[in-house]
Amino acid sequence: MSKDKKESVIESSIKRKYKLQAKDVKVWYGDFMAIKGISMDIKPNKVTAFIGPSGCGKSTFLRLFNRMNDYVDGFKMGGEINIDGSNINAKDINVELLRKQVGMVFQKPNPFPKSIFENVAYGLKIQGLKDKAFLEERVESSLKQVALWDEVKNDLNKSALALSGGQQQRLCIARTLAVEPSIILMDEPTSALDPISTAKIEELIYKLKDKYTIVIVTHNMQQASRISDNTAFFYLGELIEYDKTNKIFTNPEKEQTENYITGRFG
Amino acid sequence: MNNIRKNRLKDQAFKIWGIFCTLLGLVLLAVFIGNILVDGIMRIDWEFVMNLPSRKPEKAGIYTALMGSIWVLLLTTIIALPVGIAAAIYLEEYSKKNKLATILEVNISNLAGVPSIIYGLLGLEVFVRIMEMGASVLAGSFTLALLILPIVIVSTREALKAVPKSIRDASFAMGASKWQTVYHQLLPASFGGILTGIILALSRAVGETAPLIVIGALAYVPFAPSSVMDEFSVLPIQIFNWITRPQHGFVENAAAAIIILLLITFVMNGIAVYFRNKWQKKFK
Repeated sequence: MSKDKKESVIESSIKRKYKLQAKDVKVWYGDFMAIKGISMDIKPNKVTAFIGPSGCGKSTFLRLFNRMNDYVDGFKMGGEINIDGSNINAKDINVELLRKQVGMVFQKPNPFPKSIFENVAYGLKIQGLKDKAFLEERVESSLKQVALWDEVKNDLNKSALALSGGQQQRLCIARTLAVEPSIILMDEPTSALDPISTAKIEELIYKLKDKYTIVIVTHNMQQASRISDNTAFFYLGELIEYDKTNKIFTNPEKEQTENYITGRFG
Repeated sequence: MNNIRKNRLKDQAFKIWGIFCTLLGLVLLAVFIGNILVDGIMRIDWEFVMNLPSRKPEKAGIYTALMGSIWVLLLTTIIALPVGIAAAIYLEEYSKKNKLATILEVNISNLAGVPSIIYGLLGLEVFVRIMEMGASVLAGSFTLALLILPIVIVSTREALKAVPKSIRDASFAMGASKWQTVYHQLLPASFGGILTGIILALSRAVGETAPLIVIGALAYVPFAPSSVMDEFSVLPIQIFNWITRPQHGFVENAAAAIIILLLITFVMNGIAVYFRNKWQKKFK
Protein backbone atom coordinates (compact mmCIF):
# COMPACT_ATOMS: atom_id res chain seq x y z
CA MET A 1 0.00 0.00 0.00
CA SER A 2 1.45 3.37 -0.99
CA LYS A 3 1.94 6.00 1.66
CA ASP A 4 -0.73 8.32 0.20
CA LYS A 5 -3.29 5.58 0.12
CA LYS A 6 -2.49 4.57 3.64
CA GLU A 7 -3.01 8.13 4.84
CA SER A 8 -6.34 8.46 3.09
CA VAL A 9 -7.50 5.21 4.65
CA ILE A 10 -6.53 6.49 8.06
CA GLU A 11 -8.28 9.77 7.32
CA SER A 12 -11.51 8.13 6.30
CA SER A 13 -11.47 5.96 9.37
CA ILE A 14 -11.11 9.11 11.45
CA LYS A 15 -14.08 10.48 9.54
CA ARG A 16 -16.15 7.52 10.52
CA LYS A 17 -15.03 7.69 14.08
CA TYR A 18 -15.51 11.43 14.58
CA LYS A 19 -18.25 13.53 13.06
CA LEU A 20 -17.12 16.79 14.61
CA GLN A 21 -13.67 17.77 15.75
CA ALA A 22 -12.54 20.90 17.55
CA LYS A 23 -8.82 21.59 17.70
CA ASP A 24 -7.59 24.15 20.22
CA VAL A 25 -10.58 26.43 19.62
CA LYS A 26 -10.47 29.91 21.10
CA VAL A 27 -13.14 32.58 20.85
CA TRP A 28 -12.99 36.28 21.62
CA TYR A 29 -15.79 38.84 21.76
CA GLY A 30 -13.81 42.05 21.46
CA ASP A 31 -11.29 41.78 24.29
CA PHE A 32 -13.23 39.17 26.24
CA MET A 33 -12.01 35.61 25.79
CA ALA A 34 -15.09 33.42 25.89
CA ILE A 35 -13.47 30.08 24.98
CA LYS A 36 -9.94 29.36 26.05
CA GLY A 37 -8.63 26.59 23.87
CA ILE A 38 -10.97 23.62 23.65
CA SER A 39 -10.27 20.40 21.77
CA MET A 40 -12.84 17.66 21.53
CA ASP A 41 -14.12 14.96 19.19
CA ILE A 42 -17.78 14.13 18.78
CA LYS A 43 -18.88 10.73 17.55
CA PRO A 44 -21.51 10.22 14.84
CA ASN A 45 -25.02 8.97 15.70
CA LYS A 46 -24.59 9.79 19.34
CA VAL A 47 -26.21 12.40 21.54
CA THR A 48 -23.57 14.61 23.11
CA ALA A 49 -24.64 16.93 25.92
CA PHE A 50 -22.89 20.16 26.88
CA ILE A 51 -23.46 21.12 30.51
CA GLY A 52 -22.10 23.88 32.71
CA PRO A 53 -23.18 27.04 34.51
CA SER A 54 -24.44 30.11 32.63
CA GLY A 55 -21.71 32.01 30.83
CA CYS A 56 -19.38 28.99 30.65
CA GLY A 57 -19.21 29.22 26.85
CA LYS A 58 -21.19 26.10 25.98
CA SER A 59 -23.69 27.91 23.74
CA THR A 60 -20.94 29.91 22.08
CA PHE A 61 -19.07 26.69 21.44
CA LEU A 62 -22.17 25.01 20.01
CA ARG A 63 -22.74 27.91 17.63
CA LEU A 64 -19.29 27.47 16.15
CA PHE A 65 -20.37 24.25 14.46
CA ASN A 66 -22.80 26.05 12.13
CA ARG A 67 -20.95 29.36 12.25
CA MET A 68 -23.85 31.25 13.80
CA ASN A 69 -21.35 33.51 15.58
CA ASP A 70 -20.25 34.98 12.26
CA TYR A 71 -22.71 37.87 12.52
CA VAL A 72 -21.86 38.77 16.11
CA ASP A 73 -19.97 42.06 16.34
CA GLY A 74 -16.44 41.68 17.62
CA PHE A 75 -16.39 37.89 17.18
CA LYS A 76 -12.95 36.38 16.54
CA MET A 77 -11.92 32.78 16.51
CA GLY A 78 -8.71 30.74 16.64
CA GLY A 79 -8.12 27.04 16.11
CA GLU A 80 -9.99 24.70 13.83
CA ILE A 81 -13.35 23.02 13.59
CA ASN A 82 -13.72 20.02 11.32
CA ILE A 83 -16.84 18.28 10.13
CA ASP A 84 -16.23 14.92 8.45
CA GLY A 85 -12.58 15.86 8.39
CA SER A 86 -12.85 19.19 6.58
CA ASN A 87 -12.30 22.60 8.10
CA ILE A 88 -15.59 24.52 8.12
CA ASN A 89 -13.85 27.88 8.42
CA ALA A 90 -11.80 27.36 5.25
CA LYS A 91 -12.16 30.11 2.65
CA ASP A 92 -13.87 27.92 0.07
CA ILE A 93 -16.59 26.74 2.46
CA ASN A 94 -20.03 28.03 1.59
CA VAL A 95 -21.64 28.88 4.92
CA GLU A 96 -25.18 28.45 3.52
CA LEU A 97 -24.35 24.91 2.41
CA LEU A 98 -22.73 24.19 5.77
CA ARG A 99 -25.94 25.17 7.56
CA LYS A 100 -27.97 22.84 5.39
CA GLN A 101 -25.78 20.05 6.69
CA VAL A 102 -25.77 21.28 10.29
CA GLY A 103 -29.25 22.14 11.51
CA MET A 104 -30.02 24.11 14.64
CA VAL A 105 -32.89 24.23 17.14
CA PHE A 106 -33.08 27.21 19.47
CA GLN A 107 -33.95 27.84 23.08
CA LYS A 108 -37.23 29.58 22.42
CA PRO A 109 -39.40 28.03 19.70
CA ASN A 110 -39.01 30.41 16.77
CA PRO A 111 -41.35 29.42 13.96
CA PHE A 112 -41.66 31.89 11.11
CA PRO A 113 -44.88 33.95 11.13
CA LYS A 114 -46.12 31.84 8.24
CA SER A 115 -48.21 28.71 7.76
CA ILE A 116 -47.14 25.33 9.16
CA PHE A 117 -46.48 24.08 5.65
CA GLU A 118 -44.39 27.11 4.72
CA ASN A 119 -42.32 26.70 7.89
CA VAL A 120 -41.32 23.16 7.07
CA ALA A 121 -40.87 23.80 3.36
CA TYR A 122 -38.77 26.96 3.90
CA GLY A 123 -35.34 25.30 3.84
CA LEU A 124 -36.20 23.46 0.63
CA LYS A 125 -37.76 26.47 -1.05
CA ILE A 126 -34.71 28.65 -0.48
CA GLN A 127 -32.66 25.94 -2.11
CA GLY A 128 -34.80 26.54 -5.19
CA LEU A 129 -36.90 23.37 -4.93
CA LYS A 130 -40.39 24.08 -6.26
CA ASP A 131 -41.91 20.72 -7.15
CA LYS A 132 -45.15 20.68 -5.20
CA ALA A 133 -45.49 16.93 -4.84
CA PHE A 134 -41.92 16.68 -3.56
CA LEU A 135 -42.41 19.51 -1.06
CA GLU A 136 -45.66 17.99 0.20
CA GLU A 137 -44.07 14.62 0.64
CA ARG A 138 -41.07 16.04 2.48
CA VAL A 139 -43.27 18.19 4.74
CA GLU A 140 -45.34 15.15 5.64
CA SER A 141 -42.36 12.90 6.35
CA SER A 142 -40.65 15.60 8.44
CA LEU A 143 -43.77 16.23 10.51
CA LYS A 144 -44.18 12.48 10.98
CA GLN A 145 -40.62 12.17 12.26
CA VAL A 146 -41.38 14.65 15.04
CA ALA A 147 -44.79 13.06 15.73
CA LEU A 148 -46.62 16.24 14.84
CA TRP A 149 -48.30 15.07 11.64
CA ASP A 150 -51.45 13.66 13.24
CA GLU A 151 -51.94 16.84 15.24
CA VAL A 152 -51.62 19.28 12.34
CA LYS A 153 -52.35 17.40 9.11
CA ASN A 154 -55.67 19.21 8.65
CA ASP A 155 -54.25 22.63 9.53
CA LEU A 156 -51.17 22.81 7.34
CA ASN A 157 -52.22 26.22 6.03
CA LYS A 158 -52.88 27.71 9.45
CA SER A 159 -50.34 30.00 11.08
CA ALA A 160 -47.58 28.23 12.97
CA LEU A 161 -47.93 30.85 15.71
CA ALA A 162 -51.29 29.33 16.68
CA LEU A 163 -49.60 26.11 17.85
CA SER A 164 -48.69 25.49 21.50
CA GLY A 165 -45.09 26.03 22.64
CA GLY A 166 -44.27 22.34 22.57
CA GLN A 167 -45.82 21.90 19.14
CA GLN A 168 -43.91 24.95 17.89
CA GLN A 169 -40.64 23.45 19.06
CA ARG A 170 -41.39 20.14 17.36
CA LEU A 171 -42.28 22.12 14.24
CA CYS A 172 -38.88 23.84 14.45
CA ILE A 173 -37.22 20.43 14.64
CA ALA A 174 -39.27 19.23 11.67
CA ARG A 175 -38.22 22.33 9.75
CA THR A 176 -34.60 21.40 10.43
CA LEU A 177 -35.09 17.75 9.44
CA ALA A 178 -36.74 18.72 6.15
CA VAL A 179 -33.41 19.71 4.59
CA GLU A 180 -31.86 16.40 5.70
CA PRO A 181 -28.88 17.58 7.74
CA SER A 182 -26.44 15.08 9.22
CA ILE A 183 -25.89 17.02 12.45
CA ILE A 184 -28.48 18.74 14.65
CA LEU A 185 -27.40 21.31 17.20
CA MET A 186 -29.85 22.03 20.01
CA ASP A 187 -29.43 25.03 22.26
CA GLU A 188 -31.48 24.32 25.40
CA PRO A 189 -34.43 23.16 23.29
CA THR A 190 -36.76 22.42 26.20
CA SER A 191 -35.98 25.23 28.63
CA ALA A 192 -39.09 27.17 27.57
CA LEU A 193 -41.41 24.15 27.63
CA ASP A 194 -43.64 22.38 30.14
CA PRO A 195 -42.70 18.88 31.44
CA ILE A 196 -44.99 16.99 29.06
CA SER A 197 -43.70 18.78 25.98
CA THR A 198 -40.17 18.30 27.30
CA ALA A 199 -40.71 14.55 27.61
CA LYS A 200 -41.95 14.42 24.02
CA ILE A 201 -38.90 16.26 22.74
CA GLU A 202 -36.54 14.03 24.74
CA GLU A 203 -38.18 10.95 23.32
CA LEU A 204 -37.79 12.43 19.88
CA ILE A 205 -34.09 13.18 20.40
CA TYR A 206 -33.55 9.58 21.46
CA LYS A 207 -35.17 8.35 18.24
CA LEU A 208 -33.38 10.81 15.99
CA LYS A 209 -29.88 9.69 16.88
CA ASP A 210 -30.21 6.68 14.59
CA LYS A 211 -30.01 9.03 11.66
CA TYR A 212 -28.36 12.15 13.02
CA THR A 213 -25.48 13.28 15.19
CA ILE A 214 -26.99 15.40 17.95
CA VAL A 215 -25.28 17.95 20.15
CA ILE A 216 -27.43 19.45 22.86
CA VAL A 217 -26.76 22.25 25.30
CA THR A 218 -28.78 21.88 28.45
CA HIS A 219 -29.14 23.42 31.87
CA ASN A 220 -31.05 20.43 33.08
CA MET A 221 -28.70 17.75 34.37
CA GLN A 222 -31.39 15.09 34.61
CA GLN A 223 -32.04 15.72 30.96
CA ALA A 224 -28.39 15.29 30.08
CA SER A 225 -28.21 12.03 32.01
CA ARG A 226 -31.46 10.76 30.44
CA ILE A 227 -30.80 11.37 26.80
CA SER A 228 -27.09 11.69 26.11
CA ASP A 229 -24.39 9.14 25.39
CA ASN A 230 -21.52 11.48 26.14
CA THR A 231 -21.39 14.58 28.29
CA ALA A 232 -19.00 17.51 28.29
CA PHE A 233 -18.71 19.79 31.30
CA PHE A 234 -17.67 23.37 30.57
CA TYR A 235 -16.56 25.95 33.08
CA LEU A 236 -15.37 29.52 32.42
CA GLY A 237 -14.59 28.90 28.78
CA GLU A 238 -12.75 25.66 29.34
CA LEU A 239 -13.65 22.04 28.80
CA ILE A 240 -13.20 20.51 32.23
CA GLU A 241 -14.25 16.96 31.56
CA TYR A 242 -15.65 14.98 28.64
CA ASP A 243 -16.57 11.34 28.92
CA LYS A 244 -19.37 8.79 28.76
CA THR A 245 -22.48 10.28 30.37
CA ASN A 246 -22.68 7.40 32.77
CA LYS A 247 -19.15 8.05 33.98
CA ILE A 248 -19.62 11.81 34.33
CA PHE A 249 -22.71 11.40 36.47
CA THR A 250 -21.56 8.52 38.64
CA ASN A 251 -17.83 8.77 38.89
CA PRO A 252 -16.38 12.01 37.49
CA GLU A 253 -12.61 12.42 37.39
CA LYS A 254 -12.50 16.10 38.35
CA GLU A 255 -13.66 17.67 41.54
CA GLN A 256 -15.22 20.65 39.73
CA THR A 257 -17.42 18.32 37.71
CA GLU A 258 -18.53 16.51 40.82
CA ASN A 259 -19.29 19.77 42.61
CA TYR A 260 -21.40 20.94 39.68
CA ILE A 261 -23.42 17.79 39.12
CA THR A 262 -24.10 17.37 42.81
CA GLY A 263 -25.39 20.94 42.89
CA ARG A 264 -22.72 22.44 45.10
CA PHE A 265 -22.35 25.34 42.67
CA GLY A 266 -23.73 26.57 39.35
CA MET B 1 -49.01 64.70 57.10
CA ASN B 2 -48.69 68.16 55.74
CA ASN B 3 -46.14 66.99 53.23
CA ILE B 4 -48.38 64.29 51.86
CA ARG B 5 -51.19 66.80 51.32
CA LYS B 6 -48.83 69.11 49.53
CA ASN B 7 -47.64 66.34 47.26
CA ARG B 8 -51.19 65.38 46.39
CA LEU B 9 -52.01 68.97 45.56
CA LYS B 10 -48.99 69.18 43.29
CA ASP B 11 -50.06 65.94 41.67
CA GLN B 12 -53.52 67.32 41.00
CA ALA B 13 -52.14 70.62 39.72
CA PHE B 14 -49.89 68.89 37.26
CA LYS B 15 -52.69 66.66 36.06
CA ILE B 16 -54.88 69.66 35.24
CA TRP B 17 -51.99 71.46 33.53
CA GLY B 18 -51.32 68.29 31.52
CA ILE B 19 -54.92 68.05 30.36
CA PHE B 20 -54.82 71.69 29.32
CA CYS B 21 -51.62 71.19 27.31
CA THR B 22 -52.98 68.08 25.64
CA LEU B 23 -56.16 69.83 24.58
CA LEU B 24 -54.48 73.07 23.49
CA GLY B 25 -53.32 71.81 20.11
CA LEU B 26 -56.49 69.87 19.46
CA VAL B 27 -58.79 72.76 20.32
CA LEU B 28 -56.87 75.16 18.10
CA LEU B 29 -57.00 72.69 15.23
CA ALA B 30 -60.72 72.16 15.78
CA VAL B 31 -61.37 75.93 15.72
CA PHE B 32 -59.32 76.25 12.53
CA ILE B 33 -61.11 73.39 10.83
CA GLY B 34 -64.46 74.74 11.95
CA ASN B 35 -63.65 78.11 10.43
CA ILE B 36 -62.50 76.57 7.18
CA LEU B 37 -65.60 74.40 7.00
CA VAL B 38 -67.88 77.41 7.46
CA ASP B 39 -66.02 79.30 4.73
CA GLY B 40 -65.56 76.55 2.22
CA ILE B 41 -67.92 73.62 2.58
CA MET B 42 -70.67 75.24 0.48
CA ARG B 43 -68.21 75.80 -2.33
CA ILE B 44 -67.33 72.13 -2.77
CA ASP B 45 -69.14 70.34 -5.53
CA TRP B 46 -68.20 68.17 -8.48
CA GLU B 47 -67.66 71.21 -10.68
CA PHE B 48 -65.21 72.76 -8.22
CA VAL B 49 -63.15 69.58 -8.41
CA MET B 50 -63.36 69.26 -12.20
CA ASN B 51 -63.02 72.92 -13.28
CA LEU B 52 -59.83 74.42 -14.69
CA PRO B 53 -58.39 77.58 -13.12
CA SER B 54 -60.15 80.81 -13.98
CA ARG B 55 -59.95 84.51 -13.24
CA LYS B 56 -63.55 84.38 -12.04
CA PRO B 57 -63.68 82.78 -8.59
CA GLU B 58 -67.06 81.15 -9.11
CA LYS B 59 -65.81 79.40 -12.25
CA ALA B 60 -62.40 78.42 -10.94
CA GLY B 61 -61.70 74.82 -9.92
CA ILE B 62 -58.87 72.74 -8.56
CA TYR B 63 -58.66 70.18 -11.35
CA THR B 64 -55.16 71.05 -12.58
CA ALA B 65 -53.74 71.40 -9.06
CA LEU B 66 -55.37 68.18 -7.88
CA MET B 67 -54.07 66.26 -10.89
CA GLY B 68 -50.66 67.87 -10.37
CA SER B 69 -50.65 66.70 -6.76
CA ILE B 70 -51.61 63.17 -7.76
CA TRP B 71 -48.93 63.03 -10.46
CA VAL B 72 -46.27 64.31 -8.09
CA LEU B 73 -47.39 61.95 -5.32
CA LEU B 74 -47.25 58.88 -7.57
CA LEU B 75 -43.87 59.76 -9.08
CA THR B 76 -42.42 60.64 -5.69
CA THR B 77 -43.51 57.24 -4.42
CA ILE B 78 -41.97 55.45 -7.38
CA ILE B 79 -38.67 57.27 -6.85
CA ALA B 80 -38.38 57.35 -3.06
CA LEU B 81 -39.71 53.88 -2.27
CA PRO B 82 -37.10 51.56 -3.78
CA VAL B 83 -34.22 53.89 -2.90
CA GLY B 84 -35.30 54.44 0.69
CA ILE B 85 -36.11 50.81 1.42
CA ALA B 86 -32.88 49.56 -0.13
CA ALA B 87 -30.83 52.06 1.87
CA ALA B 88 -32.62 51.05 5.07
CA ILE B 89 -32.04 47.35 4.41
CA TYR B 90 -28.37 48.02 3.79
CA LEU B 91 -27.93 50.08 6.96
CA GLU B 92 -29.91 47.71 9.16
CA GLU B 93 -28.92 44.28 7.86
CA TYR B 94 -25.68 44.52 5.90
CA SER B 95 -23.45 47.34 7.13
CA LYS B 96 -21.06 46.60 9.98
CA LYS B 97 -21.85 48.52 13.15
CA ASN B 98 -18.72 50.69 13.13
CA LYS B 99 -17.88 54.40 13.25
CA LEU B 100 -18.73 55.00 9.60
CA ALA B 101 -22.16 53.46 10.11
CA THR B 102 -22.76 55.74 13.10
CA ILE B 103 -21.78 58.80 11.06
CA LEU B 104 -24.11 57.74 8.24
CA GLU B 105 -26.89 57.15 10.72
CA VAL B 106 -26.58 60.52 12.44
CA ASN B 107 -26.46 62.34 9.12
CA ILE B 108 -29.56 60.64 7.78
CA SER B 109 -31.41 61.72 10.91
CA ASN B 110 -30.01 65.22 10.35
CA LEU B 111 -31.29 65.24 6.77
CA ALA B 112 -34.80 64.66 8.10
CA GLY B 113 -34.49 67.98 9.90
CA VAL B 114 -33.20 70.11 7.00
CA PRO B 115 -35.74 72.85 6.12
CA SER B 116 -37.70 71.94 3.02
CA ILE B 117 -36.78 75.15 1.20
CA ILE B 118 -33.16 73.96 1.17
CA TYR B 119 -34.30 70.86 -0.68
CA GLY B 120 -36.08 73.18 -3.09
CA LEU B 121 -32.83 75.02 -3.81
CA LEU B 122 -31.02 71.72 -4.27
CA GLY B 123 -33.74 70.54 -6.67
CA LEU B 124 -33.57 73.81 -8.59
CA GLU B 125 -29.83 73.48 -9.10
CA VAL B 126 -29.53 69.76 -9.72
CA PHE B 127 -32.76 68.66 -11.40
CA VAL B 128 -34.09 71.82 -13.03
CA ARG B 129 -30.80 73.31 -14.22
CA ILE B 130 -27.99 70.74 -14.37
CA MET B 131 -30.15 67.82 -15.45
CA GLU B 132 -32.30 70.15 -17.56
CA MET B 133 -35.64 68.83 -16.46
CA GLY B 134 -37.15 72.32 -16.24
CA ALA B 135 -39.96 73.10 -13.84
CA SER B 136 -41.54 69.74 -14.63
CA VAL B 137 -43.50 67.14 -12.69
CA LEU B 138 -40.35 65.02 -12.82
CA ALA B 139 -38.13 67.69 -11.23
CA GLY B 140 -40.73 68.32 -8.54
CA SER B 141 -41.05 64.63 -7.78
CA PHE B 142 -37.31 64.12 -7.52
CA THR B 143 -37.11 67.08 -5.14
CA LEU B 144 -39.91 65.78 -2.91
CA ALA B 145 -38.46 62.26 -3.09
CA LEU B 146 -35.19 63.61 -1.67
CA LEU B 147 -37.16 65.44 1.00
CA ILE B 148 -38.97 62.33 2.25
CA LEU B 149 -36.10 59.88 1.72
CA PRO B 150 -34.72 60.27 5.27
CA ILE B 151 -38.18 59.69 6.73
CA VAL B 152 -38.64 56.56 4.61
CA ILE B 153 -35.19 55.27 5.61
CA VAL B 154 -35.64 55.92 9.32
CA SER B 155 -39.13 54.40 9.50
CA THR B 156 -38.15 51.37 7.41
CA ARG B 157 -35.21 50.74 9.74
CA GLU B 158 -37.50 50.97 12.75
CA ALA B 159 -39.83 48.43 11.18
CA LEU B 160 -36.94 46.05 10.40
CA LYS B 161 -35.58 46.46 13.92
CA ALA B 162 -38.94 45.41 15.33
CA VAL B 163 -38.66 41.96 13.72
CA PRO B 164 -37.41 39.65 16.51
CA LYS B 165 -33.82 38.44 16.24
CA SER B 166 -35.05 34.87 16.60
CA ILE B 167 -36.56 35.07 13.11
CA ARG B 168 -33.20 36.04 11.62
CA ASP B 169 -31.48 33.27 13.59
CA ALA B 170 -33.99 30.70 12.38
CA SER B 171 -33.64 31.76 8.77
CA PHE B 172 -29.84 31.84 8.80
CA ALA B 173 -29.71 28.49 10.57
CA MET B 174 -31.82 27.01 7.77
CA GLY B 175 -29.12 27.98 5.31
CA ALA B 176 -30.72 31.15 3.98
CA SER B 177 -28.47 33.91 2.69
CA LYS B 178 -28.87 37.47 3.93
CA TRP B 179 -30.91 38.47 0.92
CA GLN B 180 -33.16 35.41 1.23
CA THR B 181 -33.72 36.26 4.89
CA VAL B 182 -34.56 39.86 4.01
CA TYR B 183 -36.84 38.90 1.15
CA HIS B 184 -38.66 35.89 2.62
CA GLN B 185 -38.80 36.85 6.30
CA LEU B 186 -37.94 40.43 7.22
CA LEU B 187 -39.79 42.34 4.49
CA PRO B 188 -43.06 40.40 4.88
CA ALA B 189 -42.85 40.66 8.67
CA SER B 190 -42.14 44.40 8.63
CA PHE B 191 -44.40 45.25 5.68
CA GLY B 192 -47.05 47.00 7.78
CA GLY B 193 -44.49 49.15 9.56
CA ILE B 194 -42.74 50.11 6.34
CA LEU B 195 -46.04 50.98 4.70
CA THR B 196 -47.05 53.14 7.66
CA GLY B 197 -43.81 55.13 7.46
CA ILE B 198 -44.14 55.60 3.72
CA ILE B 199 -47.73 56.81 3.90
CA LEU B 200 -46.86 59.30 6.64
CA ALA B 201 -43.91 60.53 4.56
CA LEU B 202 -46.12 60.91 1.49
CA SER B 203 -48.79 62.77 3.42
CA ARG B 204 -46.06 65.21 4.36
CA ALA B 205 -44.99 65.45 0.70
CA VAL B 206 -48.51 66.22 -0.51
CA GLY B 207 -48.65 69.29 1.72
CA GLU B 208 -45.20 70.68 0.80
CA THR B 209 -45.25 74.05 -0.90
CA ALA B 210 -41.95 75.84 -0.48
CA PRO B 211 -39.61 73.50 -2.37
CA LEU B 212 -42.00 73.29 -5.31
CA ILE B 213 -42.33 77.07 -5.51
CA VAL B 214 -38.53 77.32 -5.51
CA ILE B 215 -38.13 74.90 -8.41
CA GLY B 216 -40.70 76.92 -10.34
CA ALA B 217 -44.01 75.10 -10.05
CA LEU B 218 -46.63 77.57 -11.24
CA ALA B 219 -49.73 78.93 -9.61
CA TYR B 220 -51.53 79.11 -12.90
CA VAL B 221 -51.36 76.13 -15.25
CA PRO B 222 -54.04 75.96 -17.91
CA PHE B 223 -54.07 72.16 -18.21
CA ALA B 224 -53.45 69.13 -16.06
CA PRO B 225 -50.09 67.45 -16.78
CA SER B 226 -50.17 64.67 -19.33
CA SER B 227 -46.52 63.62 -19.10
CA VAL B 228 -43.72 63.77 -16.55
CA MET B 229 -42.05 66.63 -18.41
CA ASP B 230 -45.09 68.94 -18.25
CA GLU B 231 -45.26 71.95 -16.00
CA PHE B 232 -47.57 71.60 -13.07
CA SER B 233 -49.17 73.08 -9.99
CA VAL B 234 -50.16 71.37 -6.75
CA LEU B 235 -52.97 71.95 -4.25
CA PRO B 236 -50.98 73.88 -1.61
CA ILE B 237 -49.65 76.28 -4.25
CA GLN B 238 -53.15 76.78 -5.58
CA ILE B 239 -54.35 77.54 -2.06
CA PHE B 240 -51.52 79.97 -1.48
CA ASN B 241 -52.29 81.70 -4.75
CA TRP B 242 -56.01 82.07 -4.03
CA ILE B 243 -55.43 83.40 -0.54
CA THR B 244 -53.30 86.24 -1.88
CA ARG B 245 -56.12 87.41 -4.20
CA PRO B 246 -58.27 90.34 -3.03
CA GLN B 247 -61.72 89.05 -4.14
CA HIS B 248 -63.78 87.35 -1.45
CA GLY B 249 -64.75 84.54 -3.83
CA PHE B 250 -61.18 83.31 -3.92
CA VAL B 251 -61.04 83.11 -0.10
CA GLU B 252 -63.98 80.73 -0.32
CA ASN B 253 -62.17 78.77 -3.00
CA ALA B 254 -59.05 78.56 -0.85
CA ALA B 255 -61.08 77.28 2.10
CA ALA B 256 -62.70 74.66 -0.10
CA ALA B 257 -59.33 73.55 -1.46
CA ILE B 258 -57.95 73.37 2.09
CA ILE B 259 -60.81 71.05 3.03
CA ILE B 260 -59.93 68.76 0.16
CA LEU B 261 -56.20 68.82 0.97
CA LEU B 262 -56.91 68.07 4.65
CA LEU B 263 -59.23 65.28 3.60
CA ILE B 264 -56.45 63.71 1.54
CA THR B 265 -53.90 63.87 4.36
CA PHE B 266 -56.37 62.64 6.99
CA VAL B 267 -57.35 59.69 4.83
CA MET B 268 -53.68 58.85 4.23
CA ASN B 269 -52.89 59.07 7.95
CA GLY B 270 -55.95 56.96 8.71
CA ILE B 271 -54.71 54.25 6.36
CA ALA B 272 -51.29 54.45 8.02
CA VAL B 273 -52.77 54.04 11.51
CA TYR B 274 -54.86 51.11 10.28
CA PHE B 275 -51.81 49.28 8.96
CA ARG B 276 -49.81 50.05 12.08
CA ASN B 277 -52.46 48.54 14.35
CA LYS B 278 -52.88 45.51 12.15
CA TRP B 279 -49.13 44.95 12.04
CA GLN B 280 -48.55 45.41 15.75
CA LYS B 281 -50.91 42.54 16.49
CA LYS B 282 -48.83 40.15 14.47
CA PHE B 283 -46.02 39.69 16.98
CA LYS B 284 -48.07 39.79 20.14
